[in-house]
Amino acid sequence: MDIKAYIILSLTLFTIGVIGVLVRRNAIIIFMCVELMLNAVNLLLVAFSKMHAMSAAAKALPTFASDAQIFVFFIMVVAAAEVSVGLAIIVMMYRNIHSVDINFLNRLKN
Amino acid sequence: MNMVWLIPILPLIGFLINGLGRNSLPKAVSGFIGSITVLGSFVLSLLVFMQVKAGNFHQTLHYFDFIRLESFTIPFDFSIDALSTLFLLIITGVGFLIHVYSTAYMHEEDGKDYAKYFAYLNLFVFSMLLLVMGGNFVVMFIGWEGVGLCSYLLIGYWYKNEAYTDAAKKAFIMNRIGDLGFLLAVFWLISKLGTVQYDEVFNAANLAKLTATDITGITLLLFVGVTGKSAQIPLYTWLPDAMAGPTPVSALIHAATMVTAGIYMIARSNALFSLAPITQSVITIIGLATALLAATIALRQYDIKKVLAYSTVSQLGFMFLALGTGNYVAAVFHVLTHAFFKALMFLGSGSVIHAMGGEQDIRNMGGLHKHMKITSITFLIGCLAISGIPGLSGFFSKDEILAGTFAHSPLLYGIALFTALLTAFYMFRLYILTFSGTFRGTHEQEHHLHESPKAMTIPLIVLAVLSIIGGYIGVPEALGGHHELAAYLSPVVKSATHHLSHNTEYILMAVSTLLVIVSIFIAVFRFRRYSTEQNNVVTKWLENKWYIDELYDAIIVKPIKGISNFLNQIVEKRIIDGAVNGVGRAVNYGSRQLRWLQSGQVGAYVLLMVIGMLLLFIIQLFL
Amino acid sequence: MGITTIAFILLSLMAIGSAIMMISSKSPVHSVLWLIVVFFAISGHYILLNAQFLAIVNIIVYAGAIMVLFLFVVMLMNLNAETEPIKNYRLRLIGILSGGSLLLVLIAAMMKIDVAQPVLMSTGDSGLIKVLGHALFTNYVLPFEISSVLFLSAMIGAVIIGKKE
Repeated sequence: MDIKAYIILSLTLFTIGVIGVLVRRNAIIIFMCVELMLNAVNLLLVAFSKMHAMSAAAKALPTFASDAQIFVFFIMVVAAAEVSVGLAIIVMMYRNIHSVDINFLNRLKN
Repeated sequence: MNMVWLIPILPLIGFLINGLGRNSLPKAVSGFIGSITVLGSFVLSLLVFMQVKAGNFHQTLHYFDFIRLESFTIPFDFSIDALSTLFLLIITGVGFLIHVYSTAYMHEEDGKDYAKYFAYLNLFVFSMLLLVMGGNFVVMFIGWEGVGLCSYLLIGYWYKNEAYTDAAKKAFIMNRIGDLGFLLAVFWLISKLGTVQYDEVFNAANLAKLTATDITGITLLLFVGVTGKSAQIPLYTWLPDAMAGPTPVSALIHAATMVTAGIYMIARSNALFSLAPITQSVITIIGLATALLAATIALRQYDIKKVLAYSTVSQLGFMFLALGTGNYVAAVFHVLTHAFFKALMFLGSGSVIHAMGGEQDIRNMGGLHKHMKITSITFLIGCLAISGIPGLSGFFSKDEILAGTFAHSPLLYGIALFTALLTAFYMFRLYILTFSGTFRGTHEQEHHLHESPKAMTIPLIVLAVLSIIGGYIGVPEALGGHHELAAYLSPVVKSATHHLSHNTEYILMAVSTLLVIVSIFIAVFRFRRYSTEQNNVVTKWLENKWYIDELYDAIIVKPIKGISNFLNQIVEKRIIDGAVNGVGRAVNYGSRQLRWLQSGQVGAYVLLMVIGMLLLFIIQLFL
Repeated sequence: MGITTIAFILLSLMAIGSAIMMISSKSPVHSVLWLIVVFFAISGHYILLNAQFLAIVNIIVYAGAIMVLFLFVVMLMNLNAETEPIKNYRLRLIGILSGGSLLLVLIAAMMKIDVAQPVLMSTGDSGLIKVLGHALFTNYVLPFEISSVLFLSAMIGAVIIGKKE
């Protein structure tokens, strides 16, 4: 499989995430779009790691190809932590303003 | 001879003591300090003069480098020679007498103002000494500016009177205009020769390096400086107004010393001026025109000091006439005698004003001879001297100028002689109106009349004696003298020699003496029974000083005011302010529009962020 | 066209389609479910790439834990299509346009770089649990331990934020 196919796939998923952030007003959906973007990046990282698995450097260094996957693992760890805090914030926000519409969150204006 | 530097330093010390201690020094002390320092300078000057006269001293004393640059150096030098020592004597001698006179004249001032007055006076003497002792044009310029400043300070001494401060400003500005010319001439010299030292500039090798244009340009610019300082056309109008200052100041600065700085400078640069025939013609014409103009104005002035002021301008014109005809020694000689008799007359007028309780209008005087004999007699001596009565100092110097002029051009001689007659006429008009006849003032004034104290009359007497004998140092050969002054000055000043036969000189002297005496008699008869003078067009014209002030106002001040007004109203308010305010308004407007971008909505921000990223990508990739 | 290519295309279409459904469906619950489908598709990609460990972790952590958490929150708030705020139509168009042009630009950028290396499919041991576990507990043991601290602090943070006043 050509690496370009993976790049295009990742870009597409990422852009869908961006569009989601742009067009939706529901904070939870936006949050999910962010997760989607993270996953698009993860996929690309794994694809790159497999691309480099055949290079000369990878043959010299056994862990060379798996480093990227460790990286993806850590991204997942951070994402899990982020989701727990982020959802807590959204719950808090819903409790205060009884809505998850980000347009009500215009306190930045003042 | 190592004491030379003390000559200017002593008045400076006096200035510092009086200036700094003006709040605490008693009057007697500040007057004493002011006088004694100048006396010290005078004694030292006399010693220096003796040495120079003995012929064993003529040198440039180097103290330190005033300006040191890569390409040239301006040292701080004093030049001690015949010319500067002569001026040193005039400045410190007359200056000392006037200081002594001032201690009495200014007695009614507060202790603080009194000390301030003496501080200024000492600073003036210091500056003037610097001017004449300087070994190059730059040091001279320091003194030149210093005397201008002191003149300003002293004219505006009674600074609470607005007219006086205006007069001070006028004097200062007029001087500044002239100073610019001086400065440009110095720059020109530096650019051409790389030096401003007298002995380097005036040696033949360096003079040969200058083209005729250079010399004419430099000398004309120097002369512009001179017209400011020495009150010649067109910059003379400040001098009559300068009479706002205390009378001793008028005597010292505006008659005896500062205004002769221009004469000194041209005499000092005689090597340069002799090479510039155009400039010499300009000087001759301006000098003669000034002499005539001022003399006619003096005919019809009523303020005792104004008459003397115009007389000063007129006499300065005479000196420039001499300078223009290359007769440098005669000019310096006239400076000397003029310093004596004009200081005498100014101090005499001060004595009169003192007695009259501040009254200066001669129409309200008369008959003062009865009340103040010393003043009257000394004043008469001054009048006789300035008129050129044989035997008095003015005769010798004026006659020398006239003879030189006659050798140059009989036409100019005619005008100069006419001016001399006018001088005699208006001086005696002044004397008669003031001292003879009956008193025309109020009874209170008459009751108050008294002879001035000794501190005032003694300087008068000394100056009167000098006015009589001062001329005998320059007795011309025709009268069996040797003209010792010319011999003394000969190392420095190379005067053009005129070749008049003794017979011609005798005729000239006889003619001028006769006409002057006639002129005096006319004046005496005309004003002996004074009531009022009729006014007609001519006298009105003269009384208003030929409307020169108004003319300057119309052709210089008004247009400048107009331009300034234009700049202020249109350029400043519309264009400059408009540009500045416009920028402000544009920013204001722009930010008001941009404010809508800051909606506070996260979605909008994210959208903008994406668009920004997009643009960055596009720029990075495709541009 | 081998079986791997067919599987890749299918999984890709599934991921993209589900993602589009995720952002376009009105009901948040549906969005969550579509996102789970996306995650499963991505896990399938991982298996294709022989990254078995990540495929499993992705399903367990993302599709399992995280998405359940989302679902739980959505349910808790009782969000449905009716409560969904209405987005300005024009803004939606602008968002789609700018997102689309971003995609175009990124793909154009990708075309500029010249990589044509193939990706190793289905084989290779770099994605195996054994290899990753070894790397994780030797070279990456410090970040691993720190990530546990991160979890702890995230947990405390979530509790404090969610606590009632």
